[in-house]
Amino acid sequence: MFRLTANDLTVGYDKVPIIQNLSVTIPDKQITSIIGSNGCGKSTLLKAITRIIPYEDGSVLLDGSQIATMKTKDVAKKMAILPQSPDSASGLTVGELVSYGRFPHQSGLGRLKQADIDVIHWAMEVTAIIGFKHRTVDELSGGQRQRVWIAMALAQETDIILLDEPTTYLDMAHQLDILQLLEQLNKQEGRTIIMVLHDINQAARFSDHLLAMRSGQIIQTGSPGEVLTKEMLRNVYEIDGEIGTDPRTGKPICITYDLIKQKEQHNNEKKIHSAI
Amino acid sequence: MKKVKREIQHTAFPIKLIIAIIVCFFTFLIATKMGAKETSFADVFNAFFQKGSSPGYSIIRDIRLPREVAVMFVGAALAVSGAIMQGMTRNPLADPGLLGLTSGANAALAFALAMLPSVSTFGIMVACFIGAAAGAGLVFGIGSMQKGGFTPVKLVLAGAAISIFLQAVADAIGLYFKISKNISLWTAGGAIGTTWQQLSIVIPFILIGLLFALLLSRQVTILSLKEDVATGLGQNTRRIRWLLFIVIVILAGAAVSLVGNMAFIGLMIPHIVRAIVGVDYRHIIPMSIFTGAIFMLLADLVGRMIHAPMETPVVSIVAVLGLPFFLFVVRKGGSAFQ
Repeated sequence: MFRLTANDLTVGYDKVPIIQNLSVTIPDKQITSIIGSNGCGKSTLLKAITRIIPYEDGSVLLDGSQIATMKTKDVAKKMAILPQSPDSASGLTVGELVSYGRFPHQSGLGRLKQADIDVIHWAMEVTAIIGFKHRTVDELSGGQRQRVWIAMALAQETDIILLDEPTTYLDMAHQLDILQLLEQLNKQEGRTIIMVLHDINQAARFSDHLLAMRSGQIIQTGSPGEVLTKEMLRNVYEIDGEIGTDPRTGKPICITYDLIKQKEQHNNEKKIHSAI
Repeated sequence: MKKVKREIQHTAFPIKLIIAIIVCFFTFLIATKMGAKETSFADVFNAFFQKGSSPGYSIIRDIRLPREVAVMFVGAALAVSGAIMQGMTRNPLADPGLLGLTSGANAALAFALAMLPSVSTFGIMVACFIGAAAGAGLVFGIGSMQKGGFTPVKLVLAGAAISIFLQAVADAIGLYFKISKNISLWTAGGAIGTTWQQLSIVIPFILIGLLFALLLSRQVTILSLKEDVATGLGQNTRRIRWLLFIVIVILAGAAVSLVGNMAFIGLMIPHIVRAIVGVDYRHIIPMSIFTGAIFMLLADLVGRMIHAPMETPVVSIVAVLGLPFFLFVVRKGGSAFQ
C-alpha cells in the first residue's frame, strides 16, 4: 500500500483543464522526480497533490484519506511543501522562519516546547545554516536561502517532502549541493521526496523514480534507466538526444541534443547541398 | 546606522515591550497633566485616587482623563488594525484610513445620526462596524475584480477613490439633514467631549479586538509569507482571513465611533515598530498597541498645546506627519527602515 496516490485527477485553472484523468502512485521512501516540458502540467500536478490548488475531479489519497476532506493541519503533519521561489520572508531571521515549520504541531498560543526547539535546531544543523541563525533571510545568497526553506520543511517533521523546482535560480555548484542534501535526507532518514526538476540529467542522477509528463498526462514512469531514453526525449521535449552513461554514477545521461525541427532543417540543407 | 539598528533588533523582545509600556504610562501621565488649564501631577494623582470632587482635579477626571484614555485606545486599535492589514495583504501601504474602513465607518456614522438623531453610543458603534466592513468590502471587491490581484499602489488608489466617495456621502447626508455640525463634531473634533459612559461601551470592544489580534499574531506572520507556504504549513487561510477581517473591522469601527475618521496611524506605526522588533507579527502586534497609543497621546497633546487654548484637530496633526511618511514608504518600495 502506497501512502500517496492520485486517481483520475482532473485539475484546471478557470475551467481550462491542465490535467485530465491522471492517476499516479508515489513510491514510499524514494526520490521521485517529475519531468516534462514547460506548461506540461508538472507544477500543477504538484500543487494539486499538495492541496495548494483544488482539483475538479478524481481524488488524492494520503494514507487512505481524501486530502480535500482532511484537516489542512493534519495534512501538514504528514507532508511538507517547498513552493517555487518562496522568497517573501524579507525581514524574518533564519531562526524565526525555521521555527514556523513547527506550526502544524502547535496549538493555542504556539509557545515552543523544548521538543520543538530541538527539532528546529536539528533542522538547521542538517541543512548547515545554524551559523546564520540570527541573520535575516534576505541577507543570504540564493543557495543559503533555499537551504533555509528546506530547513523549515524539515522542521515540519513530515515523512513526505514535495519541492517545486528547488534548484531554479541556483548556480551549478549550489544546485548539486541542494540535491545532495535531499539525497542524504532520503538515504539517512527514509523521507519520501517528490520534486519537479527541469534538468533531466540531475533528475536521472538523484531519483529512484521518474515521472515524465506531456500535456497533462504522465506518459512514462520507471527508473531513470527505463525513462531517460531517446524515445522519451522525442515524445516529451521534441528533441533528438544522445543518451550515454555517466562515467561517475553509472546513470543514464543526455550528452547532447538537437531540436527535432532544426535537425530536419539541417538534413534538408544537406540534401540541398548534395543535390547541387 | 545599520549597526545601531542591529543592536536595537538584538535586544530581547520582552525588554523592548516593557520599555514601551513604561513610556506609554509616562506619556499618559504627562498628557493628562498638560492642557489649557494648569494642573499639577498632584492633581492627576488625586483625580485617580481621591473620592469626591474638587475644582483642581475634577477637570482632569471628567474631561481630560476620558479624552486621554480614548486617544490611547484609538491609537492602539488603529495601529494594530494597520499592522494586520499590512500582513494579510502583504501590502506595505495598507492602513484602515487609506483602504476605506474608517471613511466607511464615518459615512455610516453620519447616516446613523441622520436617521436616528438620538442614537446611542452603542448604536453609533454598530453603525461604524457595518460601515467599516462595507468600505473595506468595496475596496477589496474592486481589488478582486482585477486579474492577478492588486499592486500596493493600485490598492491605495482604489482606497482613495472609495474614501472620497464615502466622504462625499457623509457630507451629503450632513448637508441634506442639516446635521453637518454634529458630524464634524466627530470628524474634526477628535476625542473632545468623550465621556466615561461612551468609553465604557466602546473600550470593551477594542480590548476584545486587541486580544484576538494577539492570539492571531502568529497566523498573520504565516499569512504574510506566500499563500502556498501558508497552506503548506497547514493554515486554513480562508478562515484566518475572515477572522482577521472581523478583527480589523471591530478595531477600526470602534476607533471611528470615538474620534471619527483617521488615516495614516495604521500605516506609520507598524513601519516604525518593524524597525524596532523586526518583521514577525508575534512582536509587531503587541508593540504596535503601545507605540500606537504613545503616538496618539502625543499627537493629541500637540493638537491641544500648539495653539492653546484653541484646539488644533488631531486628525490634522496626524496627517501632517502621515503624508510625508506615506510618500517615504512609497519611495522606499515599501521597505522603510529595513
